[in-house]
Amino acid sequence: MFEIGLSHYLTVAAIVFTIGVFGIFINRKNIIVIMMSIELMLLAVNINLVAFSTTLQDLVGQVFAIFVLTVAAAEAAIGLAILVIYFRNRGSIAVEDIDLMKG
Amino acid sequence: MPMSEFPNLIPAMPEIFLSITIMVLLMVGVFQNSDTVETSVRVNRQILSLSVIALIVTGFLVLSVSGPTITTFNDLFILDPFATFSKILVLIGAALTLYISRSYLELHQMARFEFGVLALCATLGMMMMISANDLMSLYVGLEIQSLSLYVIAAFRRDDLRSTEAGLKYFVLGALASGMLLYGSSLVYGFAGSTSFAVLADTFAQSDGAPAVGVIIGIVFILAGLAFKVSAVPFHMWTPDVYEGAPTPVTAFFAVAPKVAAIALFMRVMVGPFGELDDQWQQIVWLVAIASMVLGSLAAINQTNIKRMMAYSSIGHIGFALIGLCIGNQAGIQSVLVYMGIYVFMTVGTFACILCMRRGDRMVEDISELAGLSKSRPLLALALTIFMFSMAGIPPLAGFFGKLYIFLAAIDAELYGLAIIGVLSSVVGSFYYLRIVKVVYFDEPGDAFDQPIPKSIVTVLVGTTVLVVFFIFYPAPLLDSAAAAAASLIGG
Repeated sequence: MFEIGLSHYLTVAAIVFTIGVFGIFINRKNIIVIMMSIELMLLAVNINLVAFSTTLQDLVGQVFAIFVLTVAAAEAAIGLAILVIYFRNRGSIAVEDIDLMKG
Repeated sequence: MPMSEFPNLIPAMPEIFLSITIMVLLMVGVFQNSDTVETSVRVNRQILSLSVIALIVTGFLVLSVSGPTITTFNDLFILDPFATFSKILVLIGAALTLYISRSYLELHQMARFEFGVLALCATLGMMMMISANDLMSLYVGLEIQSLSLYVIAAFRRDDLRSTEAGLKYFVLGALASGMLLYGSSLVYGFAGSTSFAVLADTFAQSDGAPAVGVIIGIVFILAGLAFKVSAVPFHMWTPDVYEGAPTPVTAFFAVAPKVAAIALFMRVMVGPFGELDDQWQQIVWLVAIASMVLGSLAAINQTNIKRMMAYSSIGHIGFALIGLCIGNQAGIQSVLVYMGIYVFMTVGTFACILCMRRGDRMVEDISELAGLSKSRPLLALALTIFMFSMAGIPPLAGFFGKLYIFLAAIDAELYGLAIIGVLSSVVGSFYYLRIVKVVYFDEPGDAFDQPIPKSIVTVLVGTTVLVVFFIFYPAPLLDSAAAAAASLIGG
């Protein structure tokens, strides 16, 4: 019988996290995609925390995961708010247009 | 221990006071009529001065609850002399930068009362992260601080540069938080706890190398923290955010969050991961050298003074990380002294930058500073003193900050770090001295706007006196930094 163990969860989390990080760096199109990538990273962390929490038989990991969820919601709200005021000024949310300051 | 036991609230009194004040101020601001420009300016003045008063009261509360190390809230929160020292520095930095920001806000149609409230929120987050004794409270404190900072970076919401700065800061800051969290989750899983005390015990008792997961976790946490202190290679956001954000916000960014993040960096590295110092020391060594070198080289061809200050702060963080790399009590003490001096130098420099206006426009180009010595001899003198101090020229305070760091490095036989530090400090003095040269010897342009707001004059005089006369009376800073460092290393 094939058992799904800790290492499977960790692998999934690592893959999701990597997709999130690459989504931020490789993405050249749209800032909304970057926001989704940030959410992916935080979700990967949650998978990790819950998997560890079950393995260790310790509730701290799940409490931590709930904190992460809460903060992620606040972060998304603030990110979208900043995106909206940026769009009002620039008229575009393409990543290549965010180039006013360079150095 | 029964779950229903009521936590000891006394050590967290300053934070509780500050959070209640934030809510009250928000109410006071919201329930007042601020439809017209005049009323919103009046409400903003009121909230700003109340915020500064709240920060001062919080400072006194911090002093009144200070004492030997004590933890509360099931070990999530720690209060020790190290936390007291760092909190006082953060509060001083935040109060001074809020105090000098009023005239700028009014001149640039930014007089909305949320500014003071958001700055207080950020300060609350900084105090939480300084007192964090668990990966969870670390994360929550860090996010309270970061979320407020994202918003005030974009506070001038009709200005493209300010919103772009906010957006960049948000994306990169969220990336950093994600890395820090991923590292925290790995450390939690492979070491079995999130509490700093338990982690330190676990690592002290296990022989041999720790699990690979723990090491990867530490590297991720290091990367996240390096982002927050803007150390190379995670510094990319700093110049853009410093340049784009409104100048008082830049001053705030350069002072309070830097102190808080460095304090958190030291607590995390020396506390739970203190036993694993051979694992992280090399990384910090590399980050310190890269920050010092890049900070001094990249600043040379900057034309915008705020952007130059960004690279200068990257360099300063590099010097501070030398002290962390040393890792013993003398090293930690030298970092605390350095950050104490850095706060006053930076606030003074930004007070100068805030004074330099020409025809209702902020002067930000370094070449436009020409002729400052003719139209504003005293301001030019103050700017010169701060630039000399930042460059580390004796007998000004900045020299002693660097001196203690290099002495500690030589005592710990980290000669390579000390030599590279001195060399990059020499290179760095070029761009500080270039400003002095522009101010005194270049062909003057149009006259600068008169008069300087009184609040800025007060802060300028105060910080100048501290920077110049630090040599005669260094004992208070040195002694309290020594006590703070002892509590971090010993406890």
